[in-house]
Amino acid sequence: MDKEIAGMIVAVNDEGYLTNLEQWTKEIGEAIAGEENIAMTEQHWKVIEFLQHAHRNSEALSIRSLGKHGPVSIKEFYVLFPGGPLKKASRIAGIPKPASCV
Amino acid sequence: MNKLLILGAGTAGTMMANHLRPRLDAEWEISIVDQEETHYYQPGFLFLPFDIYKPKQLQKRIDKFVPAGVNLIRQGIDRIVPDKNEVVLTNGKELQYDILIIATGTKIAPQEVSGMLGPLWQKDIFDFYTFAGAKALRDKIRSWPGGKMVVHICEMPIKCPVAPLEFAFLADSFFVEKGMRDRVDLTFVTPLSGAFTKPTATEKLGHLLAEKNIRIVSDFAIERIDNENHKLVDYGGQEVDFDLLVTVPTNMGDEAIARSGIGDDLNFVPTNNATLQTTIKDNIFAIGDATNVPASKAGSVAHFESEILTENILRYVRGEPLKEEFDGHANCFVETGHGKALLIDFNYSHEPVEGTFPFPGVGPLTLLKESRMNHIGKLAFRWVYWNMLLKGRHIPFVTAQMDERGKHFRESEV
Ligand SMILES: Cc1cc2nc3c(=O)[nH]c(=O)nc-3n(C[C@H](O)[C@H](O)[C@H](O)COP(=O)(O)OP(=O)(O)OC[C@H]3O[C@@H](n4cnc5c(N)ncnc54)[C@H](O)[C@@H]3O)c2cc1C
Repeated sequence: MDKEIAGMIVAVNDEGYLTNLEQWTKEIGEAIAGEENIAMTEQHWKVIEFLQHAHRNSEALSIRSLGKHGPVSIKEFYVLFPGGPLKKASRIAGIPKPASCV
Repeated sequence: MNKLLILGAGTAGTMMANHLRPRLDAEWEISIVDQEETHYYQPGFLFLPFDIYKPKQLQKRIDKFVPAGVNLIRQGIDRIVPDKNEVVLTNGKELQYDILIIATGTKIAPQEVSGMLGPLWQKDIFDFYTFAGAKALRDKIRSWPGGKMVVHICEMPIKCPVAPLEFAFLADSFFVEKGMRDRVDLTFVTPLSGAFTKPTATEKLGHLLAEKNIRIVSDFAIERIDNENHKLVDYGGQEVDFDLLVTVPTNMGDEAIARSGIGDDLNFVPTNNATLQTTIKDNIFAIGDATNVPASKAGSVAHFESEILTENILRYVRGEPLKEEFDGHANCFVETGHGKALLIDFNYSHEPVEGTFPFPGVGPLTLLKESRMNHIGKLAFRWVYWNMLLKGRHIPFVTAQMDERGKHFRESEV
C-alpha cells in the first residue's frame, strides 16, 4: 500500500516498513523516527547507514552482527533506539523488518 | 580412485553415507570423520528431563549406522584447506578429497553470554541441548520444590526452534501431574517478538501459552546473567528473576569451521539455499545444522536435504548442472503436554498451515491443531529415526519438497 510520509508518497507494508529502499530519503527517515519518538543525531544516522549498506549487500542482520561489525556497541544501540532497536532502526532506514530466522 | 569425504557422522552425515554408498561405484572411496563414539537421538533430550525417556533409549554406537564400504575415521577435525582439497585432522593427519560434504552440525556456546558459566551453571542454570545437560536437569527437577522456572532462548537461530516452547509445555504438564503446578511460576523468555518465528504458528502457540498459564517475555536480548541475584538482564535494562533457569545458549557451528576461515559470525557455512553447494568452492557441499540456509535446523530438514543433496552429488560427479530443488521444507511435531502434540509443515516461502498430513483431506495427523495422534507420531519418530531416517530409507508418503494439497495456505511475507 502507499502512504504519505514527509510529503512523499511511498510504498509500505502493513507494519509501516518501506518496501522499496530507493524511495527512501533522509526526511522520510526523520519522520518515521518522529513516530517512534526518536530524535535523530549523528550517531543514529551512522547506524542507519550501516543497516542500509548491509541490506544492499544482502547481509543478514541481527543484533549480534550489528554489535560485531556496526558503528556502535549493542549497549549504545539500545540507548539510541530504545525497545526493539533492530526493528525500529530498520523501519527508519527504509529496509525490511529483519526476519529473525526460522 | 576418487575420494568423497564426509565431515561429521551425526544425523546428516550418516544419512549421506547411506544414500551415497549404493549409488557411487567402486571407483569412489567414501570416508566419514567424527570424534564421538556415541550417536545421540537429540530430539529425546527434550523428554529426558521429565523421565519420559531413559538415557539408554537415546544413544547408540556411531559405527552401527555407517554402512559397509564406508571408512569411519574416529578423529577430531582440525580444519579444511579448500585450496588444497584437503582436511587436516587433530592428530595432524591430512585427508585428500575430490568432493567434501560438511555435516558438522551446531552446538551450544554458553560462553557467549556473560555470567552463564558462572557459579550457578549446572546448579540453578541448565541446558537441555546436550545429553549431559538434559540428564543433570532431570536430576534437578526430580527433587525441585517449585518456584520460578524460566525457559529461555538466548539468540536465534537455534536448532529445533520449537523445542524450548515444547519444554515449557511439558514442564506445565509435568508439574500438574506431580500435583505441584500451583507452586511453579512458569515464564518463557525469548528474543523474538512472539512465541515463534512464523506469524500463523506464533498466534496459535501464543494462545497455548496463555491457556497453560505460562507468561511470555518477548523481545528480550540477553546481555548477561546476574548470578548473585538470580536474574537475566537484557540490553534494554529489562530483568527477569529465576529460581531455576532452563536456557538454550547461543548455537554455533563447530570451531573447525572458524579455524578454516569459511564460516559466518556464528561459524555457519555459506551455502546455496536451493542446491546445497557451498559458496566456498564448487566441490564443497554442506548439509544439516552446519549450513547458513534460512531453514529450520532440524533432523526432518536434514532428511529432506539429504534426498536433494544425493541427487546433486551424483549430478556433480557426472558433470551435469545441479538441481535447484531444496525449498526449505520442515516438518516438526510440537509436543504440547498432557499427551498431545501438534504438527507444523512449512518451507522458505509458506507459513505453517492448517490441514491434514500426510494424506490431503485424510490425515491421520492434523496440522497446527493439538491431538493425541500427533503425540503418538512424535514418539514414533524415535523408531523412524533409528530405523529409517539414518539408514537413508525413504519415509513413505512424505516428500522432500512440500506438498501443497490438503493444506490451507498463507504466503510468508519474506
Ligand atoms: C533438544 C532437541 C530437540 C530436537 N527435536 C527435534 C525434533 O523433534 N525433530 C527434528 O527433526 N529435529 C530435532 N532436533 C534437531 C536435530 O537433532 C538436529 O537438527 C540434527 O541432529 C542435525 O543433524 P546434523 O547432522 O546436522 O548435526 P549432528 O547430528 O549434531 O551431527 C554433527 C556431528 O559432527 C561431529 N563433529 C562436529 N565437529 C567435529 C569436529 N571438529 N571433529 C569431529 N567431529 C565433529 C559431531 O561429533 C556430530 O556427531 C532436536 C535437537 C535438540 C537439541
